[in-house]
Amino acid sequence: MINIVWLLMIVSGIALASLQGKPEIITQSAFGSAQAAVKYSLELVGIMSFWLGMMRIAEEAGLVRALARGLKPLTKFLFPSIPAQHPAMGAILMNLSANILGLGNAATPFGLKAMQELQSINSDKETASAAMCTFLALNTACITLMPTMIIAIRLSAGSANPTEIVSTTLFATAVGMSVAILADNILRKVYGRRL
Amino acid sequence: MLALFQQISAWSIPVFLLFILVYAFFRGVKVYETFIKGAEEGFNIAVRIIPYLVAMMIAVSIFRQSGMLDLLGSICNPILKIVGIPVEVIPLALMRPFSGGGALGIAAELINNYGPDSIIGRLASTMQGSTDTTFFVLTVYFGSVGIRKYRYSLAVGLLADLTTFFASVYIVNRMFSI
Repeated sequence: MINIVWLLMIVSGIALASLQGKPEIITQSAFGSAQAAVKYSLELVGIMSFWLGMMRIAEEAGLVRALARGLKPLTKFLFPSIPAQHPAMGAILMNLSANILGLGNAATPFGLKAMQELQSINSDKETASAAMCTFLALNTACITLMPTMIIAIRLSAGSANPTEIVSTTLFATAVGMSVAILADNILRKVYGRRL
Repeated sequence: MLALFQQISAWSIPVFLLFILVYAFFRGVKVYETFIKGAEEGFNIAVRIIPYLVAMMIAVSIFRQSGMLDLLGSICNPILKIVGIPVEVIPLALMRPFSGGGALGIAAELINNYGPDSIIGRLASTMQGSTDTTFFVLTVYFGSVGIRKYRYSLAVGLLADLTTFFASVYIVNRMFSI
């Protein structure tokens, strides 16, 4: 699926730009975005290192395991294929907590750590495991308690009540998350049970 | 409410850090050395996602700059008008799965142009706060461990984005109109 989507995005873009007689748009955006991608990755190094360092401390102190133990009934239902004591579970929970609390820059490092742990118990290293698909479904459609960035924008735009959208966001994300969990569950069975 | 919220967001990180460090110290963890061990991985992970990120950002950029995204929006408009969804937020809905920065730009523009307390401003705020950049997350997360076959992940992510969009429209109309 990703092959087709990727191809269509580029081919349709080139076609439309050609119709408008502006081929230079394609050249500029291709080169520009390639450089932007590298810049983003390098900027990520600092924040990744910081949060992974903190997470290692939390791990060694037993905090991550305590979190995983507390939420075990929930995680057992969502991730039947991950062993209860596996470090992947702790990283997944840290990532979801960061997402829920709107700590955007902490979510990515924890999430990438979780992917590494999940990859270590994945039988086919080039194909997404069921647990990875579930994790990403939760991740891209996560309940949000504090949409920090948008509240800041509303505040600066002079809103009478910048936080009034917290409840609507909570509702929308709860619906989205339920659908994501349901769809993931159904598709997991359709695609066959594998680790 | 607002003051409380601002206090919470300002204090959350410092309190979190303080708690982890002090707790770990009393549990006998060598905090400094442990931090270094964890932080070492940061560089490798960040560098490993580069090829995946380049591939995705090129496609998104061409798709957007060529005007394909706007074209797609104008095709959707007549259909959505019938259902009662304001056409102004369509570009935001379409941009959201692809680019976080791009979507934030559109959302900020809508909020400033129509006012944060208008229906469109509230809807844009809710939409922006609700979903994540699906393409970006999949690319970066799978890329970091070298997964090339995403199976049904993309379908689930986009379905969730679509659901969240409709849920946002529903709840904002329900809570704020009349």
